[in-house]
Formats: sequence, structure tokens, C-alpha cells
Amino acid sequence: PTPLPGQDVAPQRVEIHKLRQGENLILGFSIGGGIDQDPSQNPFSEDKTDKGIYVTRVSEGGPAEIAGLQIGDKIMQVNGWDMTMVTHDQARKRLTKRSEEVVRLLVTRQSLQKAVQQSMLS
Amino acid sequence: MDTESQYSGYSYKSGHSRSSRKHRDRRDRHRSKSRDGSRGDKSVTIQAPGEPLLDNESTRGDERDDNWGETTTVVTGTSEHSISHDDLTRIAKDMEDSVPLDCSRHLGVAVGATLALLSFLTPLAFLLLPPLLWREELEPCGTACEGLFISVAFKLLILLLGSWALFFRRPKASLPRVFVLRALLMVLVFLLVVSYWLFYGVRILDARERSYQGVVQFAVSLVDALLFVHYLAVVLLELRQLQPQFTLKVVRSTDGASRFYNVGHLSIQRVAVWILEKYYHDFPVYNPALLNLPKSVLAKKVSGFKVYSLGEENSTNNSTGQSRAVIAAAARRRDNSHNEYYYEEAEHERRVRKRRARLVVAVEEAFTHIKRLQEEEQKNPREVMDPREAAQAIFASMARAMQKYLRTTKQQPYHTMESILQHLEFCITHDMTPKAFLERYLAAGPTIQYHKERWLAKQWTLVSEEPVTNGLKDGIVFLLKRQDFSLVVSTKKVPFFKLSEEFVDPKSHKFVMRLQSETSV
Repeated sequence: PTPLPGQDVAPQRVEIHKLRQGENLILGFSIGGGIDQDPSQNPFSEDKTDKGIYVTRVSEGGPAEIAGLQIGDKIMQVNGWDMTMVTHDQARKRLTKRSEEVVRLLVTRQSLQKAVQQSMLS
Repeated sequence: MDTESQYSGYSYKSGHSRSSRKHRDRRDRHRSKSRDGSRGDKSVTIQAPGEPLLDNESTRGDERDDNWGETTTVVTGTSEHSISHDDLTRIAKDMEDSVPLDCSRHLGVAVGATLALLSFLTPLAFLLLPPLLWREELEPCGTACEGLFISVAFKLLILLLGSWALFFRRPKASLPRVFVLRALLMVLVFLLVVSYWLFYGVRILDARERSYQGVVQFAVSLVDALLFVHYLAVVLLELRQLQPQFTLKVVRSTDGASRFYNVGHLSIQRVAVWILEKYYHDFPVYNPALLNLPKSVLAKKVSGFKVYSLGEENSTNNSTGQSRAVIAAAARRRDNSHNEYYYEEAEHERRVRKRRARLVVAVEEAFTHIKRLQEEEQKNPREVMDPREAAQAIFASMARAMQKYLRTTKQQPYHTMESILQHLEFCITHDMTPKAFLERYLAAGPTIQYHKERWLAKQWTLVSEEPVTNGLKDGIVFLLKRQDFSLVVSTKKVPFFKLSEEFVDPKSHKFVMRLQSETSV
């Protein structure tokens, strides 16, 4: 698949199998962003008006790390649902549906070097 | 079918002259009432006597009366005949009707007064009769007994004051039918007194009871019972109606002015009186000139549509069909009268605003010409004016602007030059500003603000499908009619509120910034 403009790497498909922890199904990462959030505070986005959902933290050994999700990834789709124009809470809900044990994400990421530069500058 | 009014309370005896004046007054009222008021089935008339400050006759005649009073009914059975064209028969019937009603009203008041007096004097009689009749056989009165004398005296005084406070009032209105609660109270008092007298007559007078203390205690028990009846009267007549149970919507039929009120449990006729009291100070004054759309807007309603029938036999069917076709055609035709109405309204509003601006300026300027004389200032006595002269002096400069403004807002029948001068004098005396002076003219006030004799109507007709002594219920609708307009009153029950409690911990109010939140999933 061809890379999107503004992104150095082509969109990746990541399949995460949720882990059952007690009553909850967890994926093992944290998200930030959303159309109701302030995009200028996002350290991972290249375009500071980008209100998309970004991965802000990946917990060690969690299902997301195993599946290959990286910090700074922008989540474009979750199981076919669009994530580029959603509120923060809607994004959380789409990821944490109890009926789904597997989520298939479509993510894009900048090249590693640029991501490091960004996080060092902010 | 006439009934009497009654009861009750305690009242002074009326002088003969007073009652005759009242008699004359009431007969006049009756005549006007029966002529205007009798139309249709089940329509009865309420009369509201005039304001106490101006209406001398009613205050002097009725001040010693309670709010019992005059209840009369219009003869409803013959009402359809009264719309006959023959004035003579109608007047004759009025004469016949008025005389017995007057007598019955006076009878009612007299009965109430005598009952009151009787019940007041009864304890005293109970106390005085034994010493008068069989003093030798009577045991002497000990200390406890004499203490009871004091108690009787004070209780009678309290009873007197209480009934003065409650019952000695100028009646607000003459209700069409008997005031049921008052009648019940009168009957109760009557039964109470009669039973006490019976007991007293048999057991004390006949048997020549020797223990005076027992007699005194008996008299005290009667006074106590009377005080409790007075308490019952307070609760039934005054307190029961205070807690709101119904919401009334009162709409004036001519221009749609409406208000909502909350009332408690009352009979329909008492509610009607209460609403009338509120009407006079809540509703803007009825101005017939403001009702109609300007003629230019409505003139073009004529339809030039002709309907021809082709070979139809049934003529009645024809006419209704024809009229319906005409109406439908008129409705479908493109009609621009709403346009004209809009522009006419806008133009009128502009005119009113312009005149209003001129008036305000004129009044402000006029008020700058006078000022209050301070104590220290010494002025030539010829220059010093009293408020009336001051008002006349500055009136000339604002008179024209005022007249034009009143004419534009169609208020000129309500304000004569004399009334404006009086108001101006009033405002000058009390150091009011021009704006306070103008408040009366810039907005249509309630009816009670205007010259009383002209605008305060005393005659209202209550039109109701239910008997007017029934209590209010949900869904009752009745009318209060005047000649030009009527008030439509509809009732709704106040809903039952289920209140539940929710405790909020004051420490539970917490907030976060919405800037960049991070959620772990």
C-alpha cells in the first residue's frame, strides 16, 4: 500500500487480541487526541491541527506491543470504523467494545527518526 | 325561587334609618340587575358593591354588617320570557321581583343578627337567672366559682373581639345563591344555643338547682363551645381556601389578555368574586378601540366568485354546496391582506414612537421650569405657588404633545384634561420625576387606575353549567359576563408532586481540564 501524503510509512494493519484481566478486556496502550481535544498539545502529530487519535503509550508486554503497535502511531480505523473524526470518548468506546475480542487497526506512523525528533523538541 | 342570605356572626343592632337607606339602595340595584342580568338558563348575577372610599351609601349601611349578606337569585325560570319586546311587562315583573327579594334579604340579616345577639347574651342569662329567681335557696359562690366569673368575662370579650374581626366586614359582593358554609354555621349555632337552653330550662330552672357553681360551669362550657364554633368559622370561611389546589386560567374574550391564578377549595360563586377582585388590578383596561384590524386591511374580503348549478333538484344541498365552494375559492385566491396588515402595523408603531419621543421631551422640559421652594430661600409671596397652580403653569407646554400621543394610542377617552392636571399636581407634590409622571400614560394600566365611577362596573353575570354553590373541580369552565366582553375561566387541578431526595456530597464536585486527555485502553 502506498504511503499517505505527509506520512513517510504506508498504513499498517495491526491486529490486537485483547487480554482478559479480571472483568475487563485490555489492549495495553493509551490514546490521546480527538476532535474535542486541543490538537496543539499533541507531541506526535506532524501537523499541529491534526485532531486524530494517536497512540501515546504502549505498555510493556501487553497485547498492543505484541501486535506491533508503536508509540506515536495515528489510528485511522478500528474494525472498519473511522477514527480520524471522532471525539476522544467515542474513540475509547470503539476500542473497548466488550463484544469484540480482536480489534483490527489501520495505523500510520512517521519514520522513526522524525518521531524521535518531534518528541525531543516538544 | 328566592333564598336568603345568612349568617352570621355577631353584629350590632341596625338603626332604622340605616336599613331604610339600604333598602332603597338595594331596590335600585335589583332593578338594574334583573333587567341586565336575566338571560339564558342558569345564569345568575353577582353584584359587586362599589369602593368604600367613594361609595358612601354602602359603607355607612353595611359597615356593621359582616360579609354575609345579600344573596339573591334571579328568577331563571322566566328568563326566556323576559326577552320580550314589551317593556311594560318587563318593568312590572321587575317591580314584583324586587320587593320580595328585598324583604328576604333583610330577613336574613335580621335573623342572623338576632341569633348572634341571643347566643352572646345566653351565658349572661344563665348566670343571672338563678340569683334573680331563687336567691334564698342558692348556695353561696366559693372562690373557684368567682374565678370562673373572671374566665367567663374574658372569654366573652375574646369572643366579641374575634367576631368583630371576622364578621364585621363590608360585604364584597352580593352572591347569587346562598353561601352554603355560612348557612351551615348559622344552623350549628342555632342548634347549640337551643340545646343549651333546653337543658338549662329542664334541669336548672325547673329543678331549681342549688349549686351555683354548677350553673356557672355550665355557662362557661357554653362560652367555650361558642369559641370553638368561632374557630370552626375561621377554618371554614378563611383558612380552607388558602392552600392552592387549582390553577385558573382567566382569558378576556375580546382581546385575549390572560392570567393564571392559584386558588384553594372554594365554591364557584366565591371563586368568581375572588377573580373579579384580581381582574381589576391585574388586567390591562379594556379598550374597545384597540380591537379591530384597520378597515383598509379587511375591506377586500369580498369574493367575486359566482357558482352556477347545472340541473340539480335538491335545493338545500345546493346552497350549502354553493357556500362551501365560495369559501374554498376565496381561501385559495391569493390574498395580500397580510401584507397590508404588516405595513400598517409597522407604520403605526413608528408613529407611536415618534409621538412618544415628543411627549417625553416636552414633559422633561416642562418639569425643569419648577422647583420646590427651600426653607431658607426668601421669595416674593406672589411668586410662591401651591401644587395646583404649579401644575397649571407647566401643563400648557406639554398639553399638545400629550393630547397627540393619547390620540395615537387611542387612550384619549380614559384621560380627561382634569385628570391629567390632577395627576400632574400629585406628582409635583411628591417630588416625582417626569418619568414617574409619564408611567401612567405610556402603558395601559389596570382598570382600577382610571377614574372610578366611569370604569368600575359593578354588575357582572356568572354563567355556568354547574350549580354555582358547587365546589371547584378539575375541568370546570364558567364565564363572567359584562355587556361588552366576558372573562372565560377554566380550571385545572394542581398536580400531585412526588418529591424525591438526592444527596450530593459537597466533596464530589471535581473537574478536569479538557485539553489533552489520555485514556488507557
